[in-house]
Amino acid sequence: MPKMPASSATDPVAEAGGAPLLILTLGLRDEIFAVETERVHEVLDLPHVTDVPNSRSFVTGLINVRGKVVPVADLRARFGMEKGVATPTTRIVVMDVLIDGEPTLVGALADKVYGVTEVAAASLEEAPRVGMTWRSEFVRAIGKRGDEFIIIIDIDRVFASEETAYVGPSSDSPESPRPAV
Amino acid sequence: MGGALDHTATFRQEAADLLVQLEGALLDLADRPGDRDLVDTVFRALHTLKGSGAMFGFDALASFAHDMESAFDCVRNGKLAVGAELVNLTLAALDHIRALVDSPGTADQVRGDVLRASFRELTGTGFRAESRGDAPASTGGLRDGEDRTAATYRIRFRPGREVMRFGTNPLLLLDELRGLGRCAVTAITDDIPPLEDLDPTACYAAWDILLTSGRPQAEIEDVFIFVADQAALKIEVVLDPAEESAAKRVGEILVERGDIATEALADTLDKQERLGNLLVREGKVSPSLVKSALVEQRHLNRVAQGRPGAPSSAATGIRVPAERLDALMDQVGELVIAHARLAQAASAGEDMGLKSVAEEIGRLASGLRDTTMGIRMLPIGTLFGKFRRVVHDLSIELGKTVELTMSGEETELDKTVIENLNDPLIHLIRNAVDHGIEDAETRAARGKPPAGSVHLAAVHSGAQVLITISDDGGGMDGAAIRAKAEERGLLAPGQEASESELFALVFQPGFSTSQRVTGVSGRGVGMDVVKRAIDALRGTIDIASTPEQGSVITCRLPLTLAIIDGLLVRVGGNRYVIPLSAIEECVELTPGQDQRSGGRSFLNIRDAIVPFLRLRALFNDGGTAERFQKVVIVASGEERVGLVVDQVVGQYQTVIKSLSKLHREVREFSGATILGDGTVALILDVPHIVAFAQKREERLKAAGIASPVGEQE
Repeated sequence: MPKMPASSATDPVAEAGGAPLLILTLGLRDEIFAVETERVHEVLDLPHVTDVPNSRSFVTGLINVRGKVVPVADLRARFGMEKGVATPTTRIVVMDVLIDGEPTLVGALADKVYGVTEVAAASLEEAPRVGMTWRSEFVRAIGKRGDEFIIIIDIDRVFASEETAYVGPSSDSPESPRPAV
Repeated sequence: MGGALDHTATFRQEAADLLVQLEGALLDLADRPGDRDLVDTVFRALHTLKGSGAMFGFDALASFAHDMESAFDCVRNGKLAVGAELVNLTLAALDHIRALVDSPGTADQVRGDVLRASFRELTGTGFRAESRGDAPASTGGLRDGEDRTAATYRIRFRPGREVMRFGTNPLLLLDELRGLGRCAVTAITDDIPPLEDLDPTACYAAWDILLTSGRPQAEIEDVFIFVADQAALKIEVVLDPAEESAAKRVGEILVERGDIATEALADTLDKQERLGNLLVREGKVSPSLVKSALVEQRHLNRVAQGRPGAPSSAATGIRVPAERLDALMDQVGELVIAHARLAQAASAGEDMGLKSVAEEIGRLASGLRDTTMGIRMLPIGTLFGKFRRVVHDLSIELGKTVELTMSGEETELDKTVIENLNDPLIHLIRNAVDHGIEDAETRAARGKPPAGSVHLAAVHSGAQVLITISDDGGGMDGAAIRAKAEERGLLAPGQEASESELFALVFQPGFSTSQRVTGVSGRGVGMDVVKRAIDALRGTIDIASTPEQGSVITCRLPLTLAIIDGLLVRVGGNRYVIPLSAIEECVELTPGQDQRSGGRSFLNIRDAIVPFLRLRALFNDGGTAERFQKVVIVASGEERVGLVVDQVVGQYQTVIKSLSKLHREVREFSGATILGDGTVALILDVPHIVAFAQKREERLKAAGIASPVGEQE
């Protein structure tokens, strides 16, 4: 597990108005994203990633997770950010995703993983239609923690297989070089 | 799973088996209406279905099966002849039974009533059949006079000397005993004197008889009623052999406790003198008495083996849920991977002990792998059997007479392959019957026998199984296919195309040359689905056809999907596995050849021209080629192609893991595997790689650029 920065200390804001949501917060570039913990299997240090030539630009590799071959997806590419460079804090979040109704194990690259935190259901807001550089259908909700915003990802939609869902702003041609991971 | 649920599931499974058996027997019966054995088989299966249905609360099914059973009882008694009507009605009824088994609540009651009425009409004795209650079908395979309550009697018959003088022939008595059941007779000849003292009219012999019979003891005593006064007779019931054998011998107990190995015990026992020999030598008993005792032993053993309830030859297998087999296969796969890691770790060190353990585990793992794969193998006959019904129904629906013949039903294939073959094969057979076989007039005009024939064959060919579907129908119309292809823009007008290329066009989605659309086929949906299904099984499909003679469709399928032997190669920083079955040889790409390869790259392999592709370029690997590249020559269809790699690492046993849906658009790889060091390697799908490279080359050619795949970078 990665080191947890002090800012990520669990901060239960459980208020009346629905059970709090348990989330795993992770960093992509300088934004804080999150996925529900119940979908997360484990967080791995970056292992050897095998490239899959000619694959879609955001699922470029494969890793071995306890004897299973698991695809690795670059969330930055999916959210239209420029490719990241592997750093000592780069992690892979292994989670359960429904792809065409089929539960599939997927590893998502994250620049940092902060930790598990609770957000009060009442503090969750729908993603605004404007004012976001990334595509709103991938965002389930926006949570607030102190002054920070946490973008809670709808991981099933992120991995939805229809190519129509994939028109990210910096989407590159399928024959572009692999990300440097 | 709850106990009650479990039983219902067991019944459903059993019923499904019985229905398959029934269907097969009925279709046989359609060909051989006079076969009494088949009638009996049908009757027995229906009876079992009825009985166990009632036992598990499937009352609707039980009473429905009862009416069917009654009809076949009439057949057995010769009151009803087997005809197409009865067979078709029964087949329809089987479908209804299937519905009753699957969901008793929602099965179509009206349909059931109609079917029942038809059966009663056939038998003409609906009410009588209803009152018949229990049917006399025996479920076991016992002989007459020998039922579940059969006992074994030991009869010691010592006739007096003068018994023959009174006109009794003891041999006739023995014959009479033989009529009562299974008999083992031993003559005791100890009292027969030397020849000079022998009185020819006296009876010196005595007999020990073992009789297994269901008759009461009194009936046995009756046999001896006339000699009772002149003979010593002792009849006793021998202990039930099952109980007798429950008392274990010392040796058996020792083995069970693990105190002695079976082999060691056998060695010692061989040295031990037989008790009989010992007793005879010491003069305690006569040899013929020992012989009689031995006969008794053998007889009892035989009776115990033939006893109902003891597993018969048909029940030597066990039923295992498919998920457990899949789990077992997964674990064996993990074991093979773990062994590869162990072997790698062992070979890195100098520890001889570790190396030998790694080798031992490797031997065990590959043995386990073979056994597990063997468990998963099913004879393809289980699949072929279903097609008889398909052809039967189709020929009625289309008004054609079609005979389905099969060969190689015993050919074994992996369970998953068989399951996934069902739909494509049904489609091909439907096509053969609908489009292939002509109507009766056309056949007559072409001088063919009125009945069309479709032959289904399976045969092993190396690590592959060939399945062919051949028909003697009209064959495929190359000209029509060409016209259609030109119309759809798949072929430029006048473009050269070989016959097999033409036929391969029918695998294009939406391609149909059929002038009419029937309920069966002709919509152009299907052949592409067949092709995709066969591709998914890593198989290939070819069509050969002669106009007016018929078509032959050949599917080549791998024996198993789970594990293959592969060659590990390295291209740049990544490693890939090439299936060994596709590889012909490996050669070196000399720098000279490398330099020389111009616009297109060819190798000269023993005077044959073999084009080659650079995997590095194909996979967009940026780095520069290494100095000593190798070319792996693979066969794809009829073409041989070289794949240029940086290094050939070695042979590798590969557990195939399928790629997730996120990578479904990547067709160049059929899956991935985990290497000894825990990293993932992709498995090349050779036919697709070649197709991909060809497409790409064409595209580049069209753009006026020489192929970078074949050419030097």
